[in-house]
Amino acid sequence: MASKTKKTTKADALQQLEKIEDQFQTLQILNEEGEIVNEAAMPDLTNEQLQELMTRMVYTRILDQRSISLNRQGRLGFYAPTAGQEASQLASQFALEKEDFILPGYRDVPQLIWHGLPLAQAFLFSRGHFKGNQMPEGVNVISPQIIIGAQYIQAAGVALGMKKRGAKSVAITYTGDGGASQGDFYEGINFAGAYKAPAIFIVQNNRFAISTPVEKQSAAKTIAQKAVAAGIPGIQVDGMDPLAVYAAVSEARERAVNGEGPTLIETLTYRYGPHTMAGDDPTRYRSSDLDNEWEKKDPLVRFRKFLEKKDLWNEEKENEVIEKAKEDIKEAIKIADETAKQKVTDLMSIMYEEMPPHLQEQYEIYKEKESK
Amino acid sequence: MAQMTMIQAITDAMRNELRNDPNVLVFGEDVGLNGGVFRATEGLQAEFGEERVFDTPLAESGIGGLAIGLGLQGFRPVMEIQFFGFVYEVMDAVAGQMARMRYRSGGRYHSPVTIRSPFGGGVHTPELHADSLEGLVAQQPGLKVVIPSTPYDAKGLLISAIRDNDPVVFLEHMKLYRSFRQEVPEEEYMIPIGKADVKREGTDMSIITYGAMVHESLKAAEELEKEGHSVEVVDLRTIMPFDIETIIASVEKTGRVIVVQEAQRQAGMASQIVAEINERAILSLEAPVLRVTAPDTVFAFSQAESVWLPNYKDVIEAAKKVLTF
Ligand SMILES: Cc1ncc(C[n+]2csc(CCOP(=O)(O)OP(=O)(O)O)c2C)c(N)n1
Repeated sequence: MASKTKKTTKADALQQLEKIEDQFQTLQILNEEGEIVNEAAMPDLTNEQLQELMTRMVYTRILDQRSISLNRQGRLGFYAPTAGQEASQLASQFALEKEDFILPGYRDVPQLIWHGLPLAQAFLFSRGHFKGNQMPEGVNVISPQIIIGAQYIQAAGVALGMKKRGAKSVAITYTGDGGASQGDFYEGINFAGAYKAPAIFIVQNNRFAISTPVEKQSAAKTIAQKAVAAGIPGIQVDGMDPLAVYAAVSEARERAVNGEGPTLIETLTYRYGPHTMAGDDPTRYRSSDLDNEWEKKDPLVRFRKFLEKKDLWNEEKENEVIEKAKEDIKEAIKIADETAKQKVTDLMSIMYEEMPPHLQEQYEIYKEKESK
Repeated sequence: MAQMTMIQAITDAMRNELRNDPNVLVFGEDVGLNGGVFRATEGLQAEFGEERVFDTPLAESGIGGLAIGLGLQGFRPVMEIQFFGFVYEVMDAVAGQMARMRYRSGGRYHSPVTIRSPFGGGVHTPELHADSLEGLVAQQPGLKVVIPSTPYDAKGLLISAIRDNDPVVFLEHMKLYRSFRQEVPEEEYMIPIGKADVKREGTDMSIITYGAMVHESLKAAEELEKEGHSVEVVDLRTIMPFDIETIIASVEKTGRVIVVQEAQRQAGMASQIVAEINERAILSLEAPVLRVTAPDTVFAFSQAESVWLPNYKDVIEAAKKVLTF
């Protein structure tokens, strides 16, 4: 008898896992052909909003291309390419309100820009100038996190703070499929769940953490299902579909501001470019077949098709956006070039509220050094 | 003999040890197929298979804990922390656990782990990549800390580190990875941990240093030579436990000393070395011992790193003060 009971228990555990995993289906609203395949989930967006979202995606694609070439010319520093991830990044930010707070990873500069970060500062960040991290008053973001996962647990804190203050806003944070392996990821979703804090946790699953494929990160079939262990809602969405991303984030936001706690959202996406511009070679770990397969899912292509059918988009509009982006970039680079060079004494002055005596002494030495 | 860069010498040492001992395992983020972000493990997975050279999920604390566990099972883990600025993520595994394994088990268990990690300024990385955090690990009883400055030293020291039965933190300065080549024997050889190397002999002054600062110090010594000063440069190679005997012998010979480190001034290795000199050789000193270090801020945002990092000019400036005292 005992052995029979034991056997059933074992089988149950396996069944439970399979049951849970089967429940995590990918939400898609707009397919690769630009057709609505899930009318019921269609978010409530005006024509102007649809056009604005497309504008942002086109603009950001140009910004990515220009950033890559500026980096190659030595006019930008650290840069993590974003092409392929526009729907995931921009449609999620599009569902936010100005008072919502973004805690980004290093690849999430576009969300910051659309949340109010001036482009020139994004360039200064890339160049390794502290002014690039100095977010303007009223822009509710913190500079991109370099330590993978750290932003996740901080988001739980920002969200809990909002809750304590009775604010009707959310904290939203981003990491990648690799980031979902960090302890901070689990702690972040667990804390936010325990406090029912208004947080939105996005995992942009672009299939690779530098060279490491997502299959090697975890035995779990989806990242979304990790929400189950934290006792919070989790959903996997087609991250190349701006409407699905928007719908999932809007719903999560609504739940959060209604006091129903956090949500984990996994967006299935792809980065077309290298990991960063610092010597990564994707041909070492990705096949061109896989690249092609994902480029067919391109978010701009499908959204363009969708909008063109509704007569909301055309080549002329697209070209206008492209020209505007190029002009803005030129202007922003100029501002970045004209920004006073960063000094070691500047860095000393931002170490503490009040400079301690030993640093004061060093300050005088470097002031002298840097005046030469 | 072959001409090797430091990174090639490091790969060569790991290849040697993977061949030499079936218990050696190499793992970390992107070290497998990709050969590491600096290609330090290039070709090793192809040669030894995924059982022995493998990618981990992205979690430094996981990597450290895994190394401790594998060590308990008789393996000899060589774990990589992709950049040493990420050591904070794994500090408990490193300082709270593996450093104390022998001690807390009364000698029953040990952690024969080698932690390889790139660090060091001058290559314009984002935050928390370039920081000199050797002081943090040097402060942990139970750990050994090695920082090579040449390809030849890197190979011999890494082989010793891997064979060591206690945990060794092996820090690789990014700027030195490909900055020059050197003759490196293809066959195996060991350089003992804890032994300094006099990289340049001199009689008027000693510079005690390690890592990339060895090269800034050598350059300074050459400049000073032109002005008639004979300067000795001692490369510690191991900063914990460091070679007090060689330091004191040099101090007794020259009577004038500066200590050069890339790390910030506060609570660093240089202070530790100065304290030892004061306690053991103060009567041989003709001048106070000076330190050349970075200032006490967080590692500079990259645009300011060339001024922030100590260089040969700073070394010369300090040297002149000591020489003319
Ligand atoms: C704590 C920490 N470990 C390692 C790294 C080095 N690193 C930078 S990006 C990266 C891969 C991240 O992959 P993923 O989370 O999937 O995001 P993606 O880059 O694909 O957007 C690694 C390992 C880091 N920045 N921080």
